[in-house]
Amino acid sequence: MPDPRKTPKSKYTADRDIPGAFEGETVTRRRFMTLTVHGAGAAAAAAFTLPALGFAAGSAIFERPEAQWETVGAPEDFPTDTYIPKVISETSGVGQIGKTTVYMRARNDDIDPKPNPPTLHEGTTEDFVAISTRCMHLGCPVRYVEASARFICPCHGGVYDFTGAVSGGPPVRPLDRFYVRVQDGQVQVGPRYSVNSEFKRFPNYRDPGQALDGIGQYMYPGRFSTPKLD
Amino acid sequence: MKLPKLPAPPLPNALQGRPERPGDDKRQGPVEQVKEAGISAVDWVDERTSLSGGLRWLMFRKVPKGTNWFYTLGSATMFAFLSQAVTGVFLAMYYRPDATGGAYESIRHLTNEVFLGEFVRGMHKWGSSVMVILVFLHMARTFFFGAYKYPRELNWVIGGVLLILTMVMSFTGYLLPFDQRSYWATIVGVNINGTGPLVGPYLSDFLRGGAEFGATTLSRFYAIHMLMIPGAIAALIGAHLYLVAKLGTTAPPWLKANGDDRLEQDRV
Repeated sequence: MPDPRKTPKSKYTADRDIPGAFEGETVTRRRFMTLTVHGAGAAAAAAFTLPALGFAAGSAIFERPEAQWETVGAPEDFPTDTYIPKVISETSGVGQIGKTTVYMRARNDDIDPKPNPPTLHEGTTEDFVAISTRCMHLGCPVRYVEASARFICPCHGGVYDFTGAVSGGPPVRPLDRFYVRVQDGQVQVGPRYSVNSEFKRFPNYRDPGQALDGIGQYMYPGRFSTPKLD
Repeated sequence: MKLPKLPAPPLPNALQGRPERPGDDKRQGPVEQVKEAGISAVDWVDERTSLSGGLRWLMFRKVPKGTNWFYTLGSATMFAFLSQAVTGVFLAMYYRPDATGGAYESIRHLTNEVFLGEFVRGMHKWGSSVMVILVFLHMARTFFFGAYKYPRELNWVIGGVLLILTMVMSFTGYLLPFDQRSYWATIVGVNINGTGPLVGPYLSDFLRGGAEFGATTLSRFYAIHMLMIPGAIAALIGAHLYLVAKLGTTAPPWLKANGDDRLEQDRV
């Protein structure tokens, strides 16, 4: 008889002299119970962990809010050579901090770049320029300085020219803009969109600090949480 | 080669009471009973938990020659954390995470009107800076003394995680007073986080609870600050301390190693 330690164990429990083994049984009851208890524990833990994670991340990342339009004045209110500050409500439920300033003027064909892509969302117009005060370095509020015809950020010295393009400092792309439409003779400001340095429009606006030139547009994909125009 | 067994850590004399012999029916008056009360209470617990062995293992350890004040930085960090935990729990009794103005108002109220409010809030606010500084000093001590080397690498890793968690605490706690500084610092902080490629934008959405800083951002930061991270820090400090007790501390690098004679004899 060969050494029992050398012979490979049979996969059938009946061959291994395990008491009460069934014919054709390959998993011992001890092993079966171990796997069952561990599996049940894992299922129980997953049953409260996964819903909790989905609850924390789901609506934050995947819920797309409705586009809001807010009336800011009549078309003739806006000159082509300077900006008129208008305050709109961007987020509700947070009091004053949900409001933001929009710098508005009428389009000036001599200096404003051609819309890119040229196809407009239905109803929106390129006749007005609505520039966001959110600095594209890290999100501080910029201010339009009439004397230098530039937007200047108080935090880290970002400077933008009259069209909102970066003219100095750390910002990575021009200032965000807002969609504008004219309804019932009133100018309305809608959702925000981002532009890269060639003023190509990115409808899913990006957060500050995210470059949109070259590889940047792939490194910082659009999110599911930004309002979308139909 | 069999190494001789080293003697067990000594029990201090004060703790070396002699137990009564069984069958010794010495009558005890009330005075003796009161005197013995503390010891009997401790004995009662110890008989049922065997805690004293663990405590002795943890507290009466051998430390290397040359141990100095730099070795207290870890405990100092832990006490900074305990101070943050205690003051934080009591600050939560007055704080309201209400983004429409209640948060700022509750902080103003507890700072200006509640008895000792300014003191307790000041402890928490300045204590957070103290804790960050102590974490770095402790880390520098470990680094320059070479105390991160084998077999203590895992403790270095746990310490690194604790450092990151401390930073998360600083970041989330900064928003809670909900004044202009808090608000803009959080905007900037979340946007820095968003510059991480591919996942950054979604991580920012997760932190804010949406594409924009909104009403849920404050409650999220509050929950992360007072519920999620403190538990993780406490658990990891436990693991950190266990490894310190298990592995012992290192001698300072300027100390020359002395061979143990008894170990020396058995060397072939």
